[in-house]
Amino acid sequence: MALLIEKDYGTPESKAEKNVTATIDGKKVSIPEGTSVLRAAREADIDIPALCATDSLQPYGSCRVCLVEIEGRRGFPASCHTPVEDGMTIRTTSEKIEKLRRGVTELYLSDHPEDMAADGRSEMATLAENLGLTEIRYGREGKNHLQTPVDESNPYFVFDPEKCIVCARCVRACEETQGTFALTVEGRGFDSKIAASQNEAFFDSECVSCGACVQACPTDALIEKSVLENGMPERSVVTTCGYCGVGCSFKAELKGDEVVRMMPHKDGKANHGHSCIKGRFAYGYVMHPERVKKPMIRKSIEDAWQEVSWQEAIDYAASEFKRIREKYGKDAVGGVTSSRCTNEETYLVQKMLRAAAGTNNVDTCARVCHSPTGYGLKTTLGTSAGTQHFDSVEQADVIMVIGANPTDAHPVFASQMKRRLRAGAKLIVADPRKIDLVRSAHIEAAYHLPLQPGSNVALINAIAHVVVTEDLIDHDYVQKFCDREDFEVWREFIADPQNSPENMQQFTGVAAEDVRGAARLYASGGNAAIYYGLGVTEHSQGSTMVMGMANLAMATGNLGKAGAGVNPLRGQNNVQGSCDMGSFPHEFPGYRHVSEDDARNIYEKEWGVTLDKEPGLRIPNMIDAAVAGAFKWMYVQGEDIAHSDPNIQHIEAGFRKMECVIVQDIFMTETARYAHVFLPGSSFLEKDGTFTNAERRINRVRKAVEPLAGLADWEATCALSKAMGYPMEYTHPSEIMDEIARTTPSFAGVSYEKLDRLGSVQWPCNDAAPDGTPVMHVEKIVRGLGKFMLTGFVPTEERSTRKFPLLLTTGRILSQYNVGTQTRRTENSKWTSEDLLEIHPHDAEQRGIRDGELVAVTSRKGETVLRTKISERVQPGVVYTTFHFAESGTNVVTTEFSDWATECPEYKVTAVEVRPTNRFSNWQDEHFSQEELQNIYDRP
Amino acid sequence: MLLQDKDRIFTNLYGWEDAGLKAAQKRGDWNGTKKLIGKGRDWIIEEMKKSGMRGRGGAGFPTGLKWSFMPKDSGKPHYIVINADESEPGTCKDRDILRFEPHKLVEGALLSGFAIGANAGYIYIRGEFYNEAVAVQKAIDEAYDAGMIGKNACKSGWDFELYLHRGAGAYICGEESALLNSLEGKKGMPRNKPPFPAMAGLYSCPTTVNNVETIAAVPEILRRGGSWFASFGNENNHGTKLFCISGHVNRPCNVEDALSIPLKELIEKHAGGVRGGWDNLLAVIPGGSSTPLLPKSVCETVLMDFDSLRAAQSSLGTAGVIVMDKSTDIVQAICRLSQFYWHESCGQCTPCREGTGWVWRMMQQMVRGEAAIEDIDMLLDVCGQMEGNSICAHADAAAWPVQGLMRHFRDEVERRILEYRKKHAA
Repeated sequence: MALLIEKDYGTPESKAEKNVTATIDGKKVSIPEGTSVLRAAREADIDIPALCATDSLQPYGSCRVCLVEIEGRRGFPASCHTPVEDGMTIRTTSEKIEKLRRGVTELYLSDHPEDMAADGRSEMATLAENLGLTEIRYGREGKNHLQTPVDESNPYFVFDPEKCIVCARCVRACEETQGTFALTVEGRGFDSKIAASQNEAFFDSECVSCGACVQACPTDALIEKSVLENGMPERSVVTTCGYCGVGCSFKAELKGDEVVRMMPHKDGKANHGHSCIKGRFAYGYVMHPERVKKPMIRKSIEDAWQEVSWQEAIDYAASEFKRIREKYGKDAVGGVTSSRCTNEETYLVQKMLRAAAGTNNVDTCARVCHSPTGYGLKTTLGTSAGTQHFDSVEQADVIMVIGANPTDAHPVFASQMKRRLRAGAKLIVADPRKIDLVRSAHIEAAYHLPLQPGSNVALINAIAHVVVTEDLIDHDYVQKFCDREDFEVWREFIADPQNSPENMQQFTGVAAEDVRGAARLYASGGNAAIYYGLGVTEHSQGSTMVMGMANLAMATGNLGKAGAGVNPLRGQNNVQGSCDMGSFPHEFPGYRHVSEDDARNIYEKEWGVTLDKEPGLRIPNMIDAAVAGAFKWMYVQGEDIAHSDPNIQHIEAGFRKMECVIVQDIFMTETARYAHVFLPGSSFLEKDGTFTNAERRINRVRKAVEPLAGLADWEATCALSKAMGYPMEYTHPSEIMDEIARTTPSFAGVSYEKLDRLGSVQWPCNDAAPDGTPVMHVEKIVRGLGKFMLTGFVPTEERSTRKFPLLLTTGRILSQYNVGTQTRRTENSKWTSEDLLEIHPHDAEQRGIRDGELVAVTSRKGETVLRTKISERVQPGVVYTTFHFAESGTNVVTTEFSDWATECPEYKVTAVEVRPTNRFSNWQDEHFSQEELQNIYDRP
Repeated sequence: MLLQDKDRIFTNLYGWEDAGLKAAQKRGDWNGTKKLIGKGRDWIIEEMKKSGMRGRGGAGFPTGLKWSFMPKDSGKPHYIVINADESEPGTCKDRDILRFEPHKLVEGALLSGFAIGANAGYIYIRGEFYNEAVAVQKAIDEAYDAGMIGKNACKSGWDFELYLHRGAGAYICGEESALLNSLEGKKGMPRNKPPFPAMAGLYSCPTTVNNVETIAAVPEILRRGGSWFASFGNENNHGTKLFCISGHVNRPCNVEDALSIPLKELIEKHAGGVRGGWDNLLAVIPGGSSTPLLPKSVCETVLMDFDSLRAAQSSLGTAGVIVMDKSTDIVQAICRLSQFYWHESCGQCTPCREGTGWVWRMMQQMVRGEAAIEDIDMLLDVCGQMEGNSICAHADAAAWPVQGLMRHFRDEVERRILEYRKKHAA
């Protein structure tokens, strides 16, 4: 399609129910009360020019270009901040108005570079052109802002003050849209200028590079470097971001076959036109020179790679499959689907493994992140997914964030949440660290509960204890929606004094009165919503904690309505989808157990094969089986197990014993070190399909460029399946979706036609809910009656001792993404080029550690060396790091302890000791050349 | 006939007596405050309407009417905010109230706060008024200690807290909505209207903003009755008013007199006349620096009130009367004002941010005569763009002095241009 220019209505939509009627230029309009004259006119296709107004921001009224005449009113009111009143008669143009508009524009131009009018790119240039302004009566020799130095510090955009008209759209976007408050108008009057932080360079400031300011700028003062280099794009492809689980809609804007920029799509229902640094700017990895474009094979992992044709690589993988299956049986083969790939691709991988390889040995990376969510929410409520849509947060009165750091990991949703918090919702943060949400611009948590890593269940039980013993229960809700018997058992259990905040304080370390205060606020503060992340799930009691939160929500009636719910913030673009698509060894698509005859029959009929009714191996089981010599052939699509999974040395041992490992990825990964076949993958810009985000929203992914290696991932899987003796014929991913809809009740109503028409839908989407389901459990809880589960607190076996006195917990930062495959190959690394170990000043002082020094982090499992960052963000006794860089080997130290129900690893609790060092660990020395290590650690 | 002493509200305007509570009470302040409150909100607003008091900050909006806009049951806190950010060049009336009559202000704050349902009031005082802030704070402290304000103020049953907040030196913060922003800790920039402060003012709550002089006059008006106040001045321009007379007069002064006093009488009787005699008068800026100047011919007869000065294409403004005799370089004088308004523009609206700079630049050229005759029209054109076309009245304030100059002294400006051309022709 041609370049998609979204209409700007000038001011935000009014949500009023009452309508008012007015006449604009003789045209009758009827619009909701509170709508500005500017918006009313533009909605009626009458254009009033404006520079400081845009519909994502509140009116500001500074440019004085949008002036109109209103009958019975003096002067020329600015239409952006004049609400339409019943019976108004408005004229949007007259000789006088035109004169005023020209006058203002002339004043602008007198302080603007001369060549501006010619480039035709910006709103400013368009306005000047429409007014036919070619000559400026005032001349340019007065005092002006020309020749002010350009700020090029940010790798992605420039700020050129001479083109700035101080409309403050950037400042307001930073405040209203993003909520970072990094920008300001410094000085006053003629000296007014846009400044980042304390008048610093953009790169050095608090700016988080979300791009909202660049998008808002009506001149070229703030503009993407890629546009300056390549010129304006010519066409747009509407698609979905390939990073986190927020699932922002984007317009990939291209010139020829080159992506010039990624622009957030206004109609995107998850992001409403907002973006973060990753989605907006960090797409450079797609064309990175390290992309592998040719399939490769090797007989042994000690051999060098050999580039071959697709056919040869696939034939080799298939022949190895046949040989190994023959020799070791069907339990020796398996595979992993990717949460970065599309629903259709994931569906095909599990279909291939189940139908062609005849095994249920299929798993996905959700194993190591949100598998407890699936288990916990399915057990209590009946669905393995979050209960709300993102927009629900706008109706929340109390927001409880547990074990999640949305401003870093889910920035676009965090902005929406912060908007609600600024509007007055109360915030409770349960996190061992002082994450940004605890206190940032215009936001302060009512309660920060800085619990000890590993004590989640103790905390949630203590909160529930207060709710029960102080009778803050929503009895009507429980009566109507929940299993009474289970509730009574639970009530008795939770009311036991051992669950009291006072008793649990010994495990959580959180003051009992804070827990009581937070519990009262959650239970009686209006609509209360829980948002949580991996700080909940990646524990030995991850599933218990998820059920504990569901119990709490049910007991207080915070379910089945907007503004409430239990909501996982999912990490990857399609981790929800990969779970939905049957990527687990025990479940078919739609979370139906493989032992259910009805479900199995559907697929046996559809696929024409007999299916195994026993669940297969999970990732850790596959590795264990491999170490034991029983698992030999593995198909790994788009996941870097040897980097992301815990106790890497054990993972490596498993891989070394496999006979054929097929890695399909866009780059050589850590796992590819152990692979025999490498199939070049396709990035999200290179194929059609769908992603499902954390709010169950199925978003379209559309091909913007051809696959660099010639095949999209789904095509490669089809080819492999065919070679393995089970042909799968599809001409387009839409046919795969049709098959999914045909066989999966919760997807029954999904089709590409509908997605194109509605933009996106949230599953369940079927005859009962043809347009999808934003909020679940409304009429009744999906399970039937909500099930209260007992959640006894059992401390993890991973304990701190004299030898390992500190607890290490891990997470993500804003500019990097998971194992860094993508972000490390972009300019994002300018912000962060290594994983740092955050340590409290007290702990550092005791160990003689200074800021920025190398330290060895040792656990019972292994040792690695990182650089420190002394910070009071962590509490004494807790250290924190990220896992974005393979070289830092964070997962060399993590343990194999895992969730009792789902084997989700306990990444969040590892007992460690930290000491200063001047050399790298043995593991690092073995795995990386000195050059690779120096590259990371010597960077200033 | 000049105003008699018995009809003056500000009896300690010159600071001849102590400003403290005891002395203020002797002058009648805090007399029967409880009883006035006892008469109720509606009675107070009615009396203020009857008095015909028009806001003394410059715009002249009827005070009683303004108060009546405050909602009766908004469910939100209400605020009375007193604008003590007196910064208009030529104006120094509030300063003397703050210094010498602070108890009138504190009592007025209580009464007006009660009338609009406010349990809290803020006095936003100009940052440079350090001594004045000390004096007002002393009066507030005294009033608290004596139980006049605070919980159960004057034992009336009404709680009233009063806070003094010092500004940081921006002229624009005297504009009421910029003042509210500044008070909230934000940058002092005027707000778009609607919403008006009565609906969403300080912290988005119903708020009334009044000038110091308005509020300080309230207790006396209520004690003597609205009709007493209304007996001064002409129709629609009632009451007594403080005038600040500065510039080329023999005795510059602040003085309280009735509205509608003839300008000539004001200057001659109170300020000792124009330096060098009435015939030496060139022009008068009648209401603070932003109001268009009046040439001598107009000054002969014009009355000092809202409507008369409006009819003379100027404004009463703050009643800061700046007298200029024939020694004045009138173009230079107005140019200096242009510089002031350029310097104080907040920079929000384009016509003001860019326009004030252009006006000043062209005025500098006019001073030297280094311009073309057509430039005068272009200058007026820019002024026309600015006037009425920005969020607040700052752009108007920047345009008016220039418009006044060109209206009455265009000949002088043209003369300079021709002279300059002649001189540089060779």
